[in-house]
Amino acid sequence: MEKRSIFGGWTIPLLLLAPQLLVTLVFFYWPASQAVWQSFLLQDAFGLKTDFVWFENYRDLLAQPDYYKSMGTTFVFAAAVTLLSLSIALMLAVQADKAIKGAAVYKTLLIWPYAVAPAVAGVLWLFMFQPSLGLVARGLRNSGIDWNPLLNGNHAMALVVLASVWKQISYNFLFFLAGLAAIPLSVYEAAAIDGASPIRRFWTITLPLLSPTAFFLLVVNIVYVFFDTFGIIDSVTGGGPAKATETLVYKVYSDGRLGGDLGSSAAQSVILMVIVVALTAVQFRYIERKVNY
Amino acid sequence: MIEHRGLWRNLLPHIILLIGVAIIAFPVYLCFVGSTHPQDVIANGKMPPSPGPLFFETYYKTLFVGTSGTTRQPVWRMLVNSAVMATIIATGKIVISILSAYAVVYFKFPFRMAAFWLIFMTLMLPVEVRIYPTYKIAADLRLLDTYAGLTVPLIASATATLFFRQFFLTIPDELIEASKLDGAGPVAFFKDTVLPLSVTNIAALFVILFIYGWNQYLWPLLITTRDDMQTVVIGIKKMIVTADALTEWNVVMATAMLAMLPPVMVVVLMQRWFVKGLVETEK
Repeated sequence: MEKRSIFGGWTIPLLLLAPQLLVTLVFFYWPASQAVWQSFLLQDAFGLKTDFVWFENYRDLLAQPDYYKSMGTTFVFAAAVTLLSLSIALMLAVQADKAIKGAAVYKTLLIWPYAVAPAVAGVLWLFMFQPSLGLVARGLRNSGIDWNPLLNGNHAMALVVLASVWKQISYNFLFFLAGLAAIPLSVYEAAAIDGASPIRRFWTITLPLLSPTAFFLLVVNIVYVFFDTFGIIDSVTGGGPAKATETLVYKVYSDGRLGGDLGSSAAQSVILMVIVVALTAVQFRYIERKVNY
Repeated sequence: MIEHRGLWRNLLPHIILLIGVAIIAFPVYLCFVGSTHPQDVIANGKMPPSPGPLFFETYYKTLFVGTSGTTRQPVWRMLVNSAVMATIIATGKIVISILSAYAVVYFKFPFRMAAFWLIFMTLMLPVEVRIYPTYKIAADLRLLDTYAGLTVPLIASATATLFFRQFFLTIPDELIEASKLDGAGPVAFFKDTVLPLSVTNIAALFVILFIYGWNQYLWPLLITTRDDMQTVVIGIKKMIVTADALTEWNVVMATAMLAMLPPVMVVVLMQRWFVKGLVETEK
């Protein structure tokens, strides 16, 4: 789509674009290309000499059991958060979409966690589940569960999953609600006249018509788990215990910071960039389809 | 409603929603409770599930004194830093994005699409995938521990540019033709027509971007080393000491309440704009 009547000239559009392009080039493209360049370099132990080593950093990385462990962690984390937050949000949205009293109030009371910073959300959940002083942890221990996310990797994972789900429900809820509002009432009425029960109507009408929304949310949730949960992980577990909650993004951070292995950290960054490009491409295919629809 | 069958059917949505609301609110309720009890009661694991007597004491200490430990910074200072950072990021993103969207939609010039794609592709380069090189550039430009360093590297925005571009494409061509007949140039057309039409979109975007800015974590963590440049989200994390006996959980919880308050108020009070901004930018 283009405008019929537009302005000509060079100077004004370039001036208008200059700030955005400048920031983009200096803080996005330049560092990104540095990351790609560094991923082909290897520094010796004293940092005196740097060699161009082609794909050695990648080969080393892909030979590390730690990297696959981190991949597995990310996958489990993403699957758990996506599945739980989508299904809880869908359940709540279906109820809030019904013509009930106070629907607007419920909506307000369900969407505000979107505004809570991931790191703060992590601290809230840590406070409840901290093994020696958390209120919920005390309850768990009293009922005979040896709850200790500081030592037990599965417990730590459960905790970061819960905090991440808690924060993400509001986002998914809003989009499901918008998706539900777009389904015409007449479709339900027709099905009701045909004698379809509410549960049957949910499975045969609501769910199929919501599938574009659900697919969009699936991609957004995966991106959320990959990148936005960094604050949750850093405040709750710091990647531990024994790297049980170290996702791919967290590994880039901790390898580059503590290990100082910049070549490997850069190679990991490049692999992550490829993953983001793939996810974004999938996401935009969906949006395009929705526009044409 | 399509059918009215019994009390149960009418009650069930309320029950499910109330359980949902309660689960969502519970962590924040406990956080508030924690901020009103003495430190030793919490540390001994004896905190009751109801508020204690120290509301004013804890919040006063948190806001104006800070923790007794190493990072002795009053939290009001962190709140100011967060507010400045969030406002600059939101305003900056809106200004540079509305200008670049205007250039891409309303001008014909060589490399127009190249410029558009250059901006668009930054979607695929989140801070997390270029952490250390970006940090190094910011350090080389002497941006560590400055507001500029906290904000400028985050200020480019593909989403905001796309959002304004989408909106400009819906503005009827007749408007620009009429303006041209009146002898208006590109600056006048922007100021008198495009900007007034964009007010609701700007408001919606500001709400989303303010929350985005306020909640930044990884970048401020890298770029700030001085305690007085810390944002509140970073400050909380630094208050939690690994040895739990030393963590002043009452102060941490009060800080968490204060850190949540501004962005949550923004969502609740400006809910209409918030929903519009969230749904229309499609993140």
